[in-house]
Amino acid sequence: MIKNNGNGEYRVLGTRPVRHDGADKVTGKAVYTADVQLPGMLRGFILRSPIAHGLIKSIDTSAAKATPGVHAVITSADMPDVGDKIADLGEGAVNLKYLSGNVLAQDKVLYKGHAVAAVAAVDIHVAEEAANKIIVEYEELPSVTWVLDAMQDDAPLLHDDLHTDSMGAKSENPSNICTHMHFEKGNIEDGFAQCDVVVEREFKTASVHQGYIEPHASVGDWNEDGRLRIWTATQGSFSARQQTAEILQIPIGDVVVTPCEIGGGFGGKIAVYLEPLVGMLSKVSGRPVKISMTRADVFEATGPTPGSYMKVKIGATNDGKLIAGEAWLAYDAGGYPGGMIGPGCMCVFSCYDIEHAVVDGYDVCLNKPNTQAYRAPGATQVAFATEQLVDEIAKQIGMCPLEIRQLNAAKEGTVRVDGPKYPPVGLVECLEALEESDHWKSSLDGPLRGRGIAAGFWFGCGLKSCATVTVNHDGTVNLLEGSTDIGGSRTSLAMQLAEVLGITSDDVNPMVGDTDSVGYTDVTGGSRVTFATGLAAYTAGRDLQTQMISRAAEEVWDCSPDEVTLENDGSFTHNGESKTFKELASQLFKHGEPLVARAAVSPENPTNGFGVHVADVEVDPETGKVTVLRYTTIQDAGKAVHPSYVEGQLQGGTVQGIGWALNEEYFYHDNDTVANASFLDYRMPTMLDLPMIDTIIVEAANPDHPYGVRGVGETPIVPPPAALANAIYNATGTRMEQLPMSPPVLWKQLQSESAEA
Amino acid sequence: MANKRHVSTTINGEPKEFLCAPHESLLEVLRDNLGLTGSKEGCNNGNCGACTVILNGRPVDSCLVLGVEVEDAEVETVEGIADRNELHPVQECFLEGAALQCGICTPGFLVASKALLEKTPDACEHTIRYNLAGNLCRCTGYDKIVRAVQDAGKRMAESN
Repeated sequence: MIKNNGNGEYRVLGTRPVRHDGADKVTGKAVYTADVQLPGMLRGFILRSPIAHGLIKSIDTSAAKATPGVHAVITSADMPDVGDKIADLGEGAVNLKYLSGNVLAQDKVLYKGHAVAAVAAVDIHVAEEAANKIIVEYEELPSVTWVLDAMQDDAPLLHDDLHTDSMGAKSENPSNICTHMHFEKGNIEDGFAQCDVVVEREFKTASVHQGYIEPHASVGDWNEDGRLRIWTATQGSFSARQQTAEILQIPIGDVVVTPCEIGGGFGGKIAVYLEPLVGMLSKVSGRPVKISMTRADVFEATGPTPGSYMKVKIGATNDGKLIAGEAWLAYDAGGYPGGMIGPGCMCVFSCYDIEHAVVDGYDVCLNKPNTQAYRAPGATQVAFATEQLVDEIAKQIGMCPLEIRQLNAAKEGTVRVDGPKYPPVGLVECLEALEESDHWKSSLDGPLRGRGIAAGFWFGCGLKSCATVTVNHDGTVNLLEGSTDIGGSRTSLAMQLAEVLGITSDDVNPMVGDTDSVGYTDVTGGSRVTFATGLAAYTAGRDLQTQMISRAAEEVWDCSPDEVTLENDGSFTHNGESKTFKELASQLFKHGEPLVARAAVSPENPTNGFGVHVADVEVDPETGKVTVLRYTTIQDAGKAVHPSYVEGQLQGGTVQGIGWALNEEYFYHDNDTVANASFLDYRMPTMLDLPMIDTIIVEAANPDHPYGVRGVGETPIVPPPAALANAIYNATGTRMEQLPMSPPVLWKQLQSESAEA
Repeated sequence: MANKRHVSTTINGEPKEFLCAPHESLLEVLRDNLGLTGSKEGCNNGNCGACTVILNGRPVDSCLVLGVEVEDAEVETVEGIADRNELHPVQECFLEGAALQCGICTPGFLVASKALLEKTPDACEHTIRYNLAGNLCRCTGYDKIVRAVQDAGKRMAESN
């Protein structure tokens, strides 16, 4: 269902064409990185740390190097010294020393699975066998994996030279606390003094993984001309190029990255892991090298999103007005600094107009893989806290959970705790849509059943994008762009170009170019592609039309360009004569030079995506298992370009959130090594665990896009844990303060509460 | 080094012969020896279903089958689902229903769905969810996959 606020009549936008890369993807022809095969290609294997924390005393690679079929063995000694330098990677800055250290451990290993050495050999089995002959002598150190423990003065220290950056000031002593952030607005004491009701709780959440089905993979070919060619599973080919060039200390123009089809990313395929290694192995061996991670490598050495500890306090008046909020947040950074605490701080109160607020956030190193973005990074944790407290306040003052949200919803003019004032946003419209929905109006009967709602927010960013449009003889066009396509974005971009030009989606051939062929484009992340690269496609279309008006005036109608009119349907008219885009394009092709248009954009404002979810659950008191009976996801898309793929983002994000809420977590052995590094033991939702996920797309136009488009990808993961926690409370009367709310956790809590009662 | 074995089999209706080491999985053989890279490796231990192929009429995880085990067998992979340029109903319905996002799990789902629908074209939602629970998808939340499989079942029943 689509609720349109009447922001325009479109011919292409809002339709559901088959995606351009569809046939390739249902026939097995689509080329993902692991499918790349080059002549003479070797296979690589990475030796990883078996311990969570330790000093590397020595590495003996002689037996590995002597193994028949082995062509290269590398350790950090073979990698260049990158120094202590910050690189801006689009969605975030990173210190190259840490990035390089994460790719191949230097003097220390900081988590189980940390890469220590890499081997290239004639096949994967020889490479693995040789890697296991490498002798690494470790001095094991005490380790820490719980964020509050890691913050203690006597905690095992990961980096001797890391001092806490607290609002620009550096701590005297080294610490695992990388950063302390502080935001405030209003006067917090005054605020709480005005409140009739104050609720406060502590929450904790476990580390979870993005869980993309495609393991990381890269192919590198260090050519004889000195250029390094990389094929890789990345969310950002230019970001991968920059990181690889910086880590290998070679000119950025000497690296070309071809983004292959990518099997899911969700934020976890932005940092490089394999690209510099396949490059260096190729340089040493003189042959192309491919490395694919094992699933255990993926769990143990890539991407978890931060585990967290949160203490949040919210106060309100008896008539339901939220007045004051205070949050103290500590998030895992992982082995190296640079976690998701910033957006966590900014999102904790982002859905509400709260006059007085204070937020303190801590980014903390501990012995886990370096945390990476995971769909609205940092926001899901804080929503789990805030959205439960809002429900609790509503309960205490006898107000409906929907009404309290409607009363306090962020809207145009609301100032967030970190400073920005919202332009027009769609939270109020989403809450209205919830109120009118069949789901909300339906009754939910039966014991141990409950309904919960929660709101969520994600910024959605702009960043840089480019597009080039070339015109074919027949007036069809080719769209070359640089956004790696994770979920159908080629088509959402082609549709925006088709809308401008007055042609069909099928008249556009979209192609994702490599870093030599297309203008700089930032990562596929931040819910930005359909918005920002879409803006580039739109702008390139406008550039093309401007050129065509001039040339039509000169070559076709012999008039001034002012006398040619561009109609809303994309046709061109002069003195009552009309030509469609295709007719004019074909004619101009015959007359003179080919038509080429381009655009480079860098929109500054976030697109501000809000959503509201409603969940019905049933709790089994015997097992603690929560069954999701019905689920509806409501979100403001600004304008849904391809509604099926918007629904898909809503459904997919929601289900990741349900997994995070009810099952997913890393388990650790006593020695802080991961105990469940497989899809069998790290339990992501299967089809059988879920109901259909209903969606309602709200369209409150984004003023910063010609079609009103907002990013939609990330927001839907934010509300589910909170919505389900509120539903569990309404089913059982028990408040959930930790994620996941897995059967053993809920069962124990129900047992202890019934024992107390 | 172990000697390679000679295996004769049928893949997507065509007789095939290949050499493989005894420890190589069918998935490795398909991808690395035969160039059939449509079957994907997501976990290599039978937990994700991205490598599903039909072996003698039954869907199996090809990462859990050894190459040498398919002697005289009939193997069907995602590359064999379409009839020349005509997509199979299950492929059409996945495309029309937007039942894929990144596409890495799609080959496994298509193969498993085809195997299910050939036996049970009128499979209800629960039957589909039960039978395809061994195939993981992280992008779609499964909603559109379930609907696409239901639609494909109807289309297959109509064309019979």
